[in-house]
Amino acid sequence: MKIPLSWLRELVDFDIPAEDIAHGLTMAGLEVGDVIVVGGWENCSVGFVERVERHPNADRLVLCTVDLGEDAPHQVVCGAPNVAQGQKIAFAQVGASLIDARNGKLSKLKPAKIRGVVSRGMVCSERELGLGEDHDGILVLPSDAPLGMALDDYLGDTILDLEPTPNRSDWLSVLGVAYEVAALTGNRVRPPEVLYTEEGQEIRNLLSVNIQDADLCPRYTASLIRGIRVGPSPRWLQKRLEQCDVRPINNVVDVTNYVMLEYGQPLHAFDYETLLRQRIHVRRAYTGETMTTLDEIEIPLGSDHLVIADDRDARALGGVIGGLDSGITEATTDVVLESASFDPSNNRRTAADFSLRTEATVRFEKGLRPDLPPLALRRATQLIQQVAGGTVARGIIDVYPEREKPRPMLLTTARMKQVLGMEHSMEQAASVLRSLGFDAAVENDETLRATAPPWRSDIIIEDDLVEEVARIVGYDSIPTEMLETAIPYHDGQELRAFRERVRDLLVRQGLQEIISYSAVGLDLLRKARIADTDDDLLTVSNPMSREFKYMRPTLRASLMNTLSYNVARDARAVAIFEMGRIYLKQGEDLPQEPEIAAGLLHGQRTGEGWLSAPASYDFYDAKGIVESLLGRLGVEGEFRPLADDFLHPGKAAAVSVNGAVVGSVGEVHPLTAEAFEVDGTVVFFEINVTRLFEAMPQARQSVKPLYRFPASLRDISILVGRDVPAARIQQIIDGQPLVERAVLFDVYEGDEAPPGQVSLGYRIHFRAPNRTLSARDVNRSLARVLSLLEREVGAVQRGAGEGDVA
Amino acid sequence: MSMTSAQLIEDLGGVQSEALDELQGLTSEESLEEWRVKFLGRRGRLTTVLRTLGSLPPEDRRAAGQEANRTKTLLEEELGAARRRVREGRFALLAEQEQIDVTRPGRPATVGRYHPLTQIIREMCDAFVSMGFQVIEGPEVEWDHYNFEMLNIPSDHPARDMFNTLWIDHKDAEGRQSMLLRTHTSPMQARTMEKTDPPVRVVVPGKVYRYEATDATHEWHFHQIEGLAVDKGITMAHLKGTLYEFARRVFGPERKVRFRCDYFPFVEPGVDMSIDCFVCEGQGSVNGSPCTVCREAGWIEILGAGMVHPKVLSDVGYDPAIYTGFAFGIGPDRVAMLKYGIEDIRLFYSNDLRFLGQF
Ligand SMILES: [Zn+2]
Repeated sequence: MKIPLSWLRELVDFDIPAEDIAHGLTMAGLEVGDVIVVGGWENCSVGFVERVERHPNADRLVLCTVDLGEDAPHQVVCGAPNVAQGQKIAFAQVGASLIDARNGKLSKLKPAKIRGVVSRGMVCSERELGLGEDHDGILVLPSDAPLGMALDDYLGDTILDLEPTPNRSDWLSVLGVAYEVAALTGNRVRPPEVLYTEEGQEIRNLLSVNIQDADLCPRYTASLIRGIRVGPSPRWLQKRLEQCDVRPINNVVDVTNYVMLEYGQPLHAFDYETLLRQRIHVRRAYTGETMTTLDEIEIPLGSDHLVIADDRDARALGGVIGGLDSGITEATTDVVLESASFDPSNNRRTAADFSLRTEATVRFEKGLRPDLPPLALRRATQLIQQVAGGTVARGIIDVYPEREKPRPMLLTTARMKQVLGMEHSMEQAASVLRSLGFDAAVENDETLRATAPPWRSDIIIEDDLVEEVARIVGYDSIPTEMLETAIPYHDGQELRAFRERVRDLLVRQGLQEIISYSAVGLDLLRKARIADTDDDLLTVSNPMSREFKYMRPTLRASLMNTLSYNVARDARAVAIFEMGRIYLKQGEDLPQEPEIAAGLLHGQRTGEGWLSAPASYDFYDAKGIVESLLGRLGVEGEFRPLADDFLHPGKAAAVSVNGAVVGSVGEVHPLTAEAFEVDGTVVFFEINVTRLFEAMPQARQSVKPLYRFPASLRDISILVGRDVPAARIQQIIDGQPLVERAVLFDVYEGDEAPPGQVSLGYRIHFRAPNRTLSARDVNRSLARVLSLLEREVGAVQRGAGEGDVA
Repeated sequence: MSMTSAQLIEDLGGVQSEALDELQGLTSEESLEEWRVKFLGRRGRLTTVLRTLGSLPPEDRRAAGQEANRTKTLLEEELGAARRRVREGRFALLAEQEQIDVTRPGRPATVGRYHPLTQIIREMCDAFVSMGFQVIEGPEVEWDHYNFEMLNIPSDHPARDMFNTLWIDHKDAEGRQSMLLRTHTSPMQARTMEKTDPPVRVVVPGKVYRYEATDATHEWHFHQIEGLAVDKGITMAHLKGTLYEFARRVFGPERKVRFRCDYFPFVEPGVDMSIDCFVCEGQGSVNGSPCTVCREAGWIEILGAGMVHPKVLSDVGYDPAIYTGFAFGIGPDRVAMLKYGIEDIRLFYSNDLRFLGQF
């Protein structure tokens, strides 16, 4: 909403700079996005073109003699095709700063010699003055422009570009903003004086209005002006509209727009002659009914839509747009002016149904009060008579079936104290409210009674009054205090704390955290071999684009995307993880949103340094991350081979904790890696943190006693079939009574191992809690380990007896 | 052969001077050990002399014994001194003998990194936790009921325009779209109050979604931290105090804070908090050219807040005549951008390691 200060000044006095007004409005809740200064044209004034002659040396140039009301006229060279004798124009003398039409920059006007003729000054175009884009010809001023007047005084203005909040329909009006300015400056608003003469017949003998659906139209007022002449509006009216970005059309339509800008109440004008039997019915449309709008679009109506109809046809879509056939034309002589209230929800829905958000609907949808229409109606009637002539029929139509009673509200010091933490005196509060146009009466030291003005539809409860006082006095006056009451306890923080711990542990293992978009496209899921169809996916109805059509069912796809993106940018080592939610459809309920931690490792594990031999990430890096994570959380994972389309069929494992599957680890399927243009191995892990949290043992962790007696170490080396899982061997060794732990320290699968066999080296730690073990104890236990290994998995000791003491 | 004490003392003197002579030239720990064996060992020279002590007449033994002990103590002390000398001499050579090139790069330890938004969200939540707020979270896919209705935004309310909504393909029993991606973290206001009796004091971080064209300062997907405190006697003064303290912790004590009136349907009165621009120090321009961070305003809007609307309280069964509270919502993405001078919000979600590696 743009409002020129010149218009505001008509309604309220203020003598502070525009910047201060802008600041005050912004602090009080009406943000001023921009203060646009129109003008600053030094050495420019209104001129009169006395004579236009041919340029002696150029066909397309003319010599203009311009009178500025001074002694001597000025002669300048001009190239504009539209310059003509007798015009009022904007004339710039030497020294004026104008916008150079070629580069848009300001430059000082100097005397020039154009094709042999000296030119001292210039007849300006809109663009040169910064008033618009037009540079096809000069700006022609109205003939009543005062000769010699400084252009700043004639055309200059300052325009506030306002960003009103959706609750304040009155901030879409000059009057509404004037009351804000009045409250901020302590001045009084002068509402427009509305005076006109009514003549001839009573309007009710000339027009009837019947509201059939009062739920959608609580009040309908109308006036009738006959014998008018439709034509262009006077310059002052056009200028105002243009300053507010409204295009002038004709004097009648311009007045309805002007009053809408002034009062915030949209109006509509019908051609009286086109209304069949001069009867208006405000009713829901019939099923199958249609109407052609002013924009010449035929729209299909239904019982959800409110129309303004004559005895036969819908003539306007109430509060949204007029119909083509009843609009004001050059031929119109008699005008019915409509100023009515419409149901905000219905108005908003109707506008949405036909994509017709108009200047009217953005106001009606905010819920204009029924008190407003007659005020705006009378103002518009006056202006139409003023600019288009004609006679006004006696009285107005005012159909208002269920008259709203004035709703005085109480404001108490107690509530102010309870909400703001401070009090204002009732006198001060009343004075603020009055300056905003409220009726306010102080009842006693603790109470006042206030009634909102007709243009305020946002004042519903006492706290609304509290805000009015607080925002006008200024939030700076409210004190600053810390919360001092007891701290409440809230459930539901445990999972989050656990998740943050997992995040910490992954970062500590050297991974870079990423955060990806929560939605994915089917193309990406297909590329990652995750899903072929969208059957089980949670679908966004109005996605930003195809790539964000589905809420992600996994973090895998976006991790691969991130890997691919960075590999394409020369990342040599990628070790990333994301901690985020996935979204799993759950019938009619909201989806499940489990927390997932998943990561990818690719490229050089060891970095490029001189200290380390190059090595790439492999399966056991990913597994090691999961093992360390679980170990640090105090649980042990169980790993079993897993079939999963995303992963390499021979290098994938499911991870379980306390019997519950909580995730997976594996090498990304080479086809997937290839699809994402990643060369070499990519390894992956994924933990469902929500499920892991549920699988965590309930018992409190207890501290184990510290060792008191030394351990004895033995290394063994065994040959065993390749199909025997290391986990099985580990289980057998760990199961022996004196074995504290065993570490697989060597694996040999090379040529010297017998076919189908692998050589494994284990370092076994023996320890007893209550004594130092003798060599005999240890040897006996070791022998049992070996014989069990032989019996259970056919393991044979290799090179027995050598180097078996560490 | 019989000994006299004089002879023995003379022998001791001989051993002593010979030992001290030899000790002078020794420079290694090995040669010192050889010297110790030679003179002080079980078959060493001094011991050999001492063994003859028993053959002296008893009246001579005392004086000779004293002399022998003195010699032994002297040699042991000298040995100790020589050992210290040799050790010190060895360490004096470390620089020459064991010098490495300390300018070669070290062996890198792997250190992971948090996403900058994780860091900023933690920092911001911590500020509130220290003021007694507890951190909870809520669903990102929400019902219209919690995202709008319970926040005093009925359907067809113009304030819905403030929240361009992404809807989920789902129809309720009446055929209406009722499931959506939450447009703010505010649905947790009603959810929390429905579950708990007052008092309430929580912050709710999480992802939120808007149907909004993306550019350097707009994303359709970003984060928010909701705050809610409801109790008897909570006023706008507490709102100001809490947010002042938050700003002080996160932006530093030198920042100025400004509260202006603003509108959000679920609060009344409504507040918008700004801090003075730390790029232009609130001047609106830097060295004569317009400040791009605050767009010449001198102030940067940081968060929206207000006193919880009585309708929101009564809808969850709290009596607004007894209980009051405040709520606020902050965008960590924007805070991180300001704090780290990030000019494009999309960098947060493109996961370029060259960007993430800077935090
Ligand atoms: Zn700035």
